[in-house]
Amino acid sequence: MHIKLIVNGIEHALDIEPRTTLLDCLRDNLDLKGAHAGCEHGVCGACTVLFDGVAVRSCLMFAPQAEGTPITTIEGVTPGPGELSPVQDAFCETHGMQCGYCTPAMILVAHALLADNPDPTREDIVDAISGNICRCTGYAQIVEAIALAAERMRGANRPSERQK
Amino acid sequence: MKAAPFEYCRVANIEEACAMLAADEDARVIAGGQTLVPMMAMRLARPTRLIDINHIAALSYIRADGEAVSIGATTRQCMVERDALVKARLPLLARAVPFIGHTATRARGTVGGSLANADPAAELSLVAVTLDARLSYRVNGRTETVAARDFDIGPMTTSLPNGAILTAVHFPVWAGKTGVGFHEVSARRSDFAFVSAAAQVELSDDGECKRIAIGIGAATATPLRLESAEQRLKGGALDGAKIKAAITEALSDIDPLADLHASANYRRRVAASLASRAVADARAHALGKSIHAH
Repeated sequence: MHIKLIVNGIEHALDIEPRTTLLDCLRDNLDLKGAHAGCEHGVCGACTVLFDGVAVRSCLMFAPQAEGTPITTIEGVTPGPGELSPVQDAFCETHGMQCGYCTPAMILVAHALLADNPDPTREDIVDAISGNICRCTGYAQIVEAIALAAERMRGANRPSERQK
Repeated sequence: MKAAPFEYCRVANIEEACAMLAADEDARVIAGGQTLVPMMAMRLARPTRLIDINHIAALSYIRADGEAVSIGATTRQCMVERDALVKARLPLLARAVPFIGHTATRARGTVGGSLANADPAAELSLVAVTLDARLSYRVNGRTETVAARDFDIGPMTTSLPNGAILTAVHFPVWAGKTGVGFHEVSARRSDFAFVSAAAQVELSDDGECKRIAIGIGAATATPLRLESAEQRLKGGALDGAKIKAAITEALSDIDPLADLHASANYRRRVAASLASRAVADARAHALGKSIHAH
């Protein structure tokens, strides 16, 4: 079937089988390999993308259902080529990853959280990433990374307060 | 982990969806898809056709409806979680919703989808049974309603007739000095509950229990109301020992589920603890004391 998807601000016309998940469509048809195929049944969270700015599991949606709604993948969060988003930067600085498999999803969940709640408590951060499994880090540095990104993003938005 | 082939149809109104469902007994309705899609990925479900009702705008709403609050079937769980009317008038639902899945699944998962799926561990089914909600469905051009307690008839099985589509759920609102409590035990945060317990109480001005509802989820094949305990506690002062005794007695003859994760005996004991805690929380909440959700 013919569908049109809006991914990272670009509209793509595609011819796919209805049973293609949004995840497989992103990876195989659009070559966006940052959405990771972990469990493929909604348990691990590695396939998380932003659907109209909200974190959702791309393995739990068929590609035709995503028609007409803007989708952001990890490839779409950087301000420009060779640059990193503040959340990506914070993950690097605090060593918020080891093997990297869960990382794109963790970063997208953090973007969705911080867009909605610029000043999250530790509990808010833990709750936000509770649907994403990481088998390496023990989560501590991921929580630290998101807290650091939140602090920096708040500072960037309110220069007058930072000067105090 | 790939679904078998199917035909995908996006419908614009409920009549079109009902006609399509009636025409093919292997067709399935898809709303949020947070349970159906994994079932299809594991090929436990192989529908010939998916009828996507997400674009029927008339099925997504939360509104006051006389003495009740009505919620449309395709209303996302995250909408309920953030809704001011739900927070003010359905405090038990507001307390339970954060326990459903994770933020990412509540962003897609719908109220009607969870109710129609009838998982014994579903928080929405438990709240619907506890509050004596009524469910509406559309079938053969008519709208019918059914009491929540007559809706779930077994694990993943409802009394919804063939070709019917759930359209809304109506939760009664309790007036007066009302408080709520909700607890569950699961292996990981927001994973499927082994046992869940919900309670809502209304206190009279002198602190006596005027009205009480206690429900247990995940312990039995369908959500359970502890009616004998409700009767014993109504009119009394809701002290800790009386709550525990009434609930333990009410749970003595239930037939709990047993699996690798939790034995029948464990579920019965945990149900008694969680329900007692939920009633104590509900009483404290009605008296204006703060309690913790998790």
